[in-house]
Amino acid sequence: MPEQLIFAMEVTLNGLMAGVLYALVALGFVLIYKASGIFNYAQGVMALFAAMTLVGIMNGQVPFAHLINAIFGGHITHFGWTIPSFLAIVLTVAVMVLLAWLVQVLVMKHLVGQEPIILFMATIGLAYFLEGVADLMWGSEIKTLDVGIPQGINLWIDEKTYNIFGYGFFIDNLDIVATVVAALLVTGLVIFAQYTKQGRAMRAVADDHQAALSVGISLNFIWVLVWSVAGFVALVAGIMWGTKSGVQFSLSLIALKALPVLMLGGFTSIPGAIVGGLIIGVGEKLFEFAIGPMVGGATENWFAYVLALLFLVFRPQGLFGEKIIERV
Amino acid sequence: MFYREAGDFKVSYQDDSQTFPIKFDRYRYYAVLAFAFLVIPFVINDYWANAILLPFLIYSIAAIGLNILVGYCGQVSLGTGGFMAVGAYAVYKLMTAFPEVSMFIHVLLAGGITALVCVAFGLPSLRIKGFYLAVATLAAQFFLVWLFNRVPWFYNYSASGQINAPERDVFGIVITGPNAASWATYFFCLIFLAFCAIVARNLTRGTTGRTWMAIRDMDIAAEIIGVNPLKAKLTAFAVSGFFIGISGALFFAVYLGAVEVGEAFGINKSFLVLFMVIIGGLGSIFGSFAGAAFLVLLPVVLKVIGVDLMGWPTDIVAHFQLVIVGALIVFFLIVEPHGLAQLWRVAKEKLRLWPFPH
Repeated sequence: MPEQLIFAMEVTLNGLMAGVLYALVALGFVLIYKASGIFNYAQGVMALFAAMTLVGIMNGQVPFAHLINAIFGGHITHFGWTIPSFLAIVLTVAVMVLLAWLVQVLVMKHLVGQEPIILFMATIGLAYFLEGVADLMWGSEIKTLDVGIPQGINLWIDEKTYNIFGYGFFIDNLDIVATVVAALLVTGLVIFAQYTKQGRAMRAVADDHQAALSVGISLNFIWVLVWSVAGFVALVAGIMWGTKSGVQFSLSLIALKALPVLMLGGFTSIPGAIVGGLIIGVGEKLFEFAIGPMVGGATENWFAYVLALLFLVFRPQGLFGEKIIERV
Repeated sequence: MFYREAGDFKVSYQDDSQTFPIKFDRYRYYAVLAFAFLVIPFVINDYWANAILLPFLIYSIAAIGLNILVGYCGQVSLGTGGFMAVGAYAVYKLMTAFPEVSMFIHVLLAGGITALVCVAFGLPSLRIKGFYLAVATLAAQFFLVWLFNRVPWFYNYSASGQINAPERDVFGIVITGPNAASWATYFFCLIFLAFCAIVARNLTRGTTGRTWMAIRDMDIAAEIIGVNPLKAKLTAFAVSGFFIGISGALFFAVYLGAVEVGEAFGINKSFLVLFMVIIGGLGSIFGSFAGAAFLVLLPVVLKVIGVDLMGWPTDIVAHFQLVIVGALIVFFLIVEPHGLAQLWRVAKEKLRLWPFPH
C-alpha cells in the first residue's frame, strides 16, 4: 500500500477522534437549543468553568483567593487538602446545577419571549461574565487536569497496525477514552430523554412550550434541568479537553469550533451533532494533510467555518435539521 | 421649556425634512461639532488622544458600520475584526505602494476594498439567516486573519510578519508614524467620523435605510411589498464594510502604527464592536457613539479606580472588567433591549413635555 494512503488513513482516524470531542461540545448546544430555543454561546465557557472548578476542588484551592488577598491582605491560597477525583466530579456537578439554576432565575426567566437573537447575545454576555468569574475564582494560570484518564500513544493499535501495514498508527489513549465516554453519554441522554418522566417533559417542552405548560409541566423546572444537563455535558467536554491540552482560556474557544459542527448537523438534532462533529474533524485534518502544506499550514483555524458556510448555501437547515418554513 | 417643536414653524419642505427638526437638537448638534472641531484640538494632549479620544473616534466609526448591518438591516455579523483587518492591510499596501498619494484617498480606498470583501462574504446572507448567518460570518473572521498571517505579500515580506505604518502626511502635516502630533491624528480621525456619521444618518433616513429596516423587521413581508432583498442586504453589507474598513485603516495607520493581525483584529474585536452596538442601542446612530464611548471609557475608569485608587493587581481588574461587561450586556438586554439610545430617547420625550407629566 502506498505510504501516502497509510498516512491519510491515520489522519482520518485521528480526525474521527477529534470529531468526537467537537461533537461533545456541540451536544450541549443542541440540548439547550431544542428545549428552550436558546442558542447558548456560553457552552464553551461553561466547559472552561467546569474544568477550572474541578481542578480547584481537587487541589483544595480557596475560591476567590486572589481577590480576598488583594482586599484584606494575606496569603491564603489552599485549604491544604486534596479531594479524590470522583468526589470532586460529583461536587462540580453540584456547582454546575447551582449555576444552571442561577442562570435561569437571574437571566433567562426575564428574557422569555424575546427574539432568539437577543437571547443569543445574552448568552454572549453570560459567557464573558462566567469567564471573568472563573478567572477571579480560580486564577487564570494554565492548570493541568488529571482525573486518571490514560494518555499517550496506544501501543496495542500501534503494534497491530505495524503488523498489517508496516507502519504503526499514532492514536492517543485519551481520544479512545473520549470516544467511549461520548458514546456512553449519548446513550445515557437518549435513554433519559425517551424513558424517564423528566426526559419526556423535556421533549414536550422542546416540541411546544404552550402545550407543555397547559398539561402542567413547569417550564422553569425543565429549563433548569436542561441547563444542568448542558452543564454536565460541558463538564465532560471540559475534562476531556482539559486533560488533552491543559485547563486554560483557549478551552472556551472550542465553543466556536462547535458552531460549524452544529451548522453542518443542524441545530436541532443530536445525531446531527455527532455526524457533523465527525465530518468536521475528519475534513479539517485531511484538508490540513493534503492542502495545508501548499498554502502555509494552520488551515484548521478556518476550514471548518468555510466548509459549513459552503454547505449552508445549499442546505440552510443543515444535514438533519428540521426544515425551515417561513410564514409572513 | 426649550426642547419642543411648538413655535418652530417650518415654511419649506427642506426645513421640514432636515436631519434635526427640533431647534434645540439642531443647536446642540452644531455646538458638539464646534466643540469637537474648534476646542478639543487645542487642548488635547498625548494621554487623552491615545487612551480615550482616538479609540473612541475609531470605534465609533466601526460601531456605526456594524450598527447599519445588525441594527438597521438585521444581519448579525461576527466578522467585524476580520473586516477591520482588510481595511488595515488595504491601507498598508496602498501607503507603501503609492507613498505620494494623500492619506485621505488611501483610507477611502481601503474602505472601498473592504466593502467589496464584505459584499463577497455577505452573499450567503441571501440563503442563510439568523444565527446561521452569524456563524457563517465567523468564516470571514477566521479566514481573513489566517490569510493575512500566511500570505507574505500582504505584509510586504517583512521578517516579523507585522505591518508598520510608514510616516505619511496630509498637506504637509504628519499624521502617521511616531512623529505625528496628537491634534493632527485626532483631527484626521474626527473628519472621517463626522463624514461617516452624516452619511449614515442620511442613508438611514432615506429609501435605502427604509428598505434595510423592512428587511430587518420581516424579510419575506418586505419582499412581497416589493423590496429587493438582494439589493437591500448587499448594500447594507457594502456600506457597513466601507465604514468598518475605514475604521480598520485608521486603527492601524493612525492609532496603533504597528499591527499583528491575530492580536489586533481577532475574534475579540468582533465581539467588542458588537457589544458597543448592543449597549449603545441597535438601530441608532447616537447609540453607536454612546456604546463606543462607554466601552472605551469603562476599562480606563476601572483601571483608575482599581489599580490607582484601590491598589489591586492589574489582572484582577482585568477579570473584573470581563465580569462587568458581561453583566452589563445581560442587564441591558433584560432591562432596556434598545440600549443607551433608548434611555436618551425617553429622556428627550420627558424633556419635551416638562414640566407637565403628559
